[in-house]
Amino acid sequence: MSAPVVRIRGLVRRFTLKGVLNGVDLDIAPGEFVALLGRSGSGKSTLLRAIADLDHEAQGSGEIYVPQRLSVVFQDARLLPWKRLLDNVIFGLEAPDARERGRRALEEVGLAGREQSWPYELSGGEQQRVALARSLVREPELLLADEPFGALDALTRIKMHALVQRLSAIHNPAVLLVTHDVDEAIKLADRIVVLDDGAIVADIAADLPEDPIAHLERTAEIRALLLGHLGVREAEAVD
Amino acid sequence: MTVRSAEILRPPFPIAPNPLAKNSREEQAPSFVAEFPSTQLLVRGTRRLGMGDAVSYGWLLGPALLLVYWSLGSATGFIDGRILPAPWVAVTTGVDLIEQGRLQQHLLVSLLRAAQGIAFGTVAGVLVALLSGLSLLGGYIFDGIIQVKRAVPALALIPFFILWFGIGEVMKVTVVTLGVFIPIYIHTHNALRSIDIKHVELAETMGIRYSQFIRHVVLPGALPGFLLGLRFGVMGAWLGLVVVEQFNTTSGIGYMINLARNYAQADVMLVGLVLYAVFGLLSDRLVRSIESRSLTWRRTLAQ
Ligand SMILES: Nc1ncnc2c1ncn2[C@@H]1O[C@H](COP(=O)(O)OP(=O)(O)OP(=O)(O)O)[C@@H](O)[C@H]1O
Ligand SMILES: [Mg+2]
Repeated sequence: MSAPVVRIRGLVRRFTLKGVLNGVDLDIAPGEFVALLGRSGSGKSTLLRAIADLDHEAQGSGEIYVPQRLSVVFQDARLLPWKRLLDNVIFGLEAPDARERGRRALEEVGLAGREQSWPYELSGGEQQRVALARSLVREPELLLADEPFGALDALTRIKMHALVQRLSAIHNPAVLLVTHDVDEAIKLADRIVVLDDGAIVADIAADLPEDPIAHLERTAEIRALLLGHLGVREAEAVD
Repeated sequence: MTVRSAEILRPPFPIAPNPLAKNSREEQAPSFVAEFPSTQLLVRGTRRLGMGDAVSYGWLLGPALLLVYWSLGSATGFIDGRILPAPWVAVTTGVDLIEQGRLQQHLLVSLLRAAQGIAFGTVAGVLVALLSGLSLLGGYIFDGIIQVKRAVPALALIPFFILWFGIGEVMKVTVVTLGVFIPIYIHTHNALRSIDIKHVELAETMGIRYSQFIRHVVLPGALPGFLLGLRFGVMGAWLGLVVVEQFNTTSGIGYMINLARNYAQADVMLVGLVLYAVFGLLSDRLVRSIESRSLTWRRTLAQ
């Protein structure tokens, strides 16, 4: 196996009132798609922000190795309202062919021809697609996403899943996707980790066989396993 | 409202080819539109809480009403000409003064003072706001001093300014500059400190240089605040001018008013006041049009 792009050892993070992470270990291989599940308040965002080096206000210790080229997609699109779409996509991108690359990135997310629109002219789903284009135009080795589809409706979400699958096949970054949605995690990820009580409590390969029957069986199996770790019984989840 | 029926039919049935539609599929209106039944049923009658479309020169309405009231009051004798001369008196006196060459000369001097004050005050206000808004130390140094200055009225400072700068133009332009500087500083500083942390985080994840962060995030984000400050600042310039031209001056609109007061020439005083008012109003409009031109990315209630 090639050397991991992300290597986290003994990560501890606490805020003034409470400890959130106490000893997280996590490796992510190049191109690997990892989903991070956990109850609300379990520290998923805290972990992601630690990896992205955005947690200036938290105290803690531990080792984090991450690649230089790293992009973050947030739950809200975070477009700069004073920049047109193309300028939002290439914001901070220093390359002589930045505009051309930005145009291609917008095309990839299905927004060709909207380069000169203002962010307010877009729907929520479209804005999130721009955010995706902005993160991928940098050709990141690691893509961090914190519930990027959390604010989208079910239909848009399904389309976004397909888009993310297609784009991550093209660009092949390592991905760490925070989500609440067990099925989303199984569908998208190669590997699923569960965070609970400040540590990783489960690390499951989401290896889905080709054969449709076996595929369904394995999906159900992983699902039951994950729900168990999340403290939800299958019966509750079915309602 | 006649517009309504078109609005009702639009979604989800396009009536006319949409010139903006990228997709050729959308460009053909479906044929069943004509058969679409009575439209009234579809109206929910949502009360629009926004303000509708702007009327050009609508801003003149208030001043025009004031002028009508004043004219009617003067014509009917409801407003005593000894207390407030009629508007046409201001016009005829103004014409007289122009013929004597006095008005242009005073106006030019005042405008020059205002322009210098606005220029210096804006540059200084923005620079100090940047120093104080973007660094903690800068804030600790400058913000307190400026709050102290805010608490002291310009009128109280003028005697000192005369001691320090003499009674010449330097003193006068300094007073006007301060009147511009303070509001620009306050609003720009506030805007800089209220930049959305989400945008800052985004910039951090991009790993951009500090100068790029300032250019692409901070300055555009603070622009609305700065422009608001500029509106107050331009008004501040005229106020500063009114104050400073009452002191040891031999030229300017304020001097003209002061002189007229000594001779109880209400009509000349009135011309001076009208000029202040007109220039105040015009300069505010100018800043507002800059505002709407440079903030097209913003959607607000008034658009
Ligand atoms: N800036 C902060 N200051 C103080 N406490 C914080 C801060 N950020 C997070 N916390 C606390 O840390 C804990 C973990 O928060 P975090 O946002 O990481 O949870 P999460 O797993 O992302 O939850 P969710 O799924 O609801 O987004 C929470 O209890 C929260 O109250
Ligand atoms: Mg979270």
